[in-house]
Amino acid sequence: MSSYIEKIRSDKAALWCDSAPLLTSLDIELTERCNNNCVHCYINLPAENIAARERELTTDKIKNILDEAASLGCLHVKFTGGEPLLRKDFEDIYLFTRKLGIKVLLFTNAVLITPYMADLFSEIPPLQQIEVTLYGLKKETYESVTNVNGSFEAAQQGIQLLLEKKVPFVVKGSTLLQNREEFDAFEAWATNIPDMNRPPAYTMFYHLRSNKDEEKNRAIRKLRLPPENVLNILTRRSPEYIKEMKSFFEKFTQPPGDHLFSCSAAKAKGSVDSYGFFKPCLMLRAPDTLYDLKKGSLKEALTDFFPKVQQLKAENSDYLKRCARCFLKGICEQCPAISWLENSTLDTPVDYFCDVAHTQARHLGLLREDEMSWNIPDWETRIKRFCSG
Amino acid sequence: MKSDAVYAPSDDIVARNIEGELIIVPLAAGVGDMEDELFTLNETGRAIWDELDGKKTITEIVQNLSVEYDGEEGEIEADVIGIAAELLKRRMIVAVT
Ligand code: SF4
Ligand code: SF4
Repeated sequence: MSSYIEKIRSDKAALWCDSAPLLTSLDIELTERCNNNCVHCYINLPAENIAARERELTTDKIKNILDEAASLGCLHVKFTGGEPLLRKDFEDIYLFTRKLGIKVLLFTNAVLITPYMADLFSEIPPLQQIEVTLYGLKKETYESVTNVNGSFEAAQQGIQLLLEKKVPFVVKGSTLLQNREEFDAFEAWATNIPDMNRPPAYTMFYHLRSNKDEEKNRAIRKLRLPPENVLNILTRRSPEYIKEMKSFFEKFTQPPGDHLFSCSAAKAKGSVDSYGFFKPCLMLRAPDTLYDLKKGSLKEALTDFFPKVQQLKAENSDYLKRCARCFLKGICEQCPAISWLENSTLDTPVDYFCDVAHTQARHLGLLREDEMSWNIPDWETRIKRFCSG
Repeated sequence: MKSDAVYAPSDDIVARNIEGELIIVPLAAGVGDMEDELFTLNETGRAIWDELDGKKTITEIVQNLSVEYDGEEGEIEADVIGIAAELLKRRMIVAVT
């Protein structure tokens, strides 16, 4: 007898035959505060920062936002921060979200995972693997990144609790000077986690502080690896890297022209910051692209405001000469969000990321040493040759 | 399954209507085989699901659907019992006493 019930994987598109919902997924930064104090972080404020805590969205306001998101069709919510578990009302918000029939993706450092929280995730599963960021397998390494004594044991204990309660999770790393000797050990250790069916993802491109804290930004810039080292890390598993690049270039190669947003920002998704501003995507914080949810709804932002943001065009002549004509745009980290973090404009090429993209393209044989990506009339032929090679 | 049994959606799931599609989202652990699974019902299942409201008995549901849809009452009854059994096994509905 055939089944009346069909299983669907919500990550497979085509859930909706006729019309897609206005909002399919939403990120919420529950707080910018964090119990760790990682030097490379673009957002963290001290856990005890009272001014930040008082500005944060109230529980009720977050519930209103979630309610509206569900009514617009949202099926996925990502809770990120800062450290989302720092909020005393996390459990309340989490259960509220799940009872709306929304899957939850939680980004956490696992330090605050208590036996109680692990039980909660085991009984009411988030329906998405929790993503835990880990900065090292040794106390000295880990705490030289987090700058908090005791954070290593606490994170390890949190991970242990998730394992014991069989809560699905994956771990992610960061490529920092402190832990560069540990990648192999980290990856070997990660294979013991039941849901790790591929090597951990790494953060490699450190973004500047959204609050433009110059002192911290200087420190972040210093952490950035030279492009050759980035390439060495990317090509540690060379065949996989080449395969990934081929399938990427097959789909996403095209100079973007003067349209600033060639990405998925604001397309049935968005991101709410800790203070109630609705952003087209998680990283984009340029004031002119934010929608104040104290003055309007998600729906108004999605139907009236974001479409105008999506239409924005580049004006900077350097951008028009370079990025607008660049066939590497798809692999380059430069985008309106990153441009704003680096230069306070939406349309400035970011030299560090430009160098990284060029280094990759030269390694892949798409550019010669003396060539620049915006001066390549035969880029389509080169891509075709690369993809079929 | 008794013909006077009454069933309602269980608290272990959340049933959502998104753009006209019924999406059943597990709430409690163990409803899906995999932790990230969602469910939907085929057309027959959907019509029956809408009747499983915690008030109507299986017999009443069969009668209602026989008025609404063409088809032998026996076939409709088999569908109603089939889907109710499957939903019950998956903890998506519960018996109301
Ligand atoms: S980070 Fe940049 S590329 Fe990504 S969605 Fe935001 S604006 Fe687009
Ligand atoms: S590689 Fe350079 S020119 Fe191309 S998009 Fe990136 S920053 Fe712009």
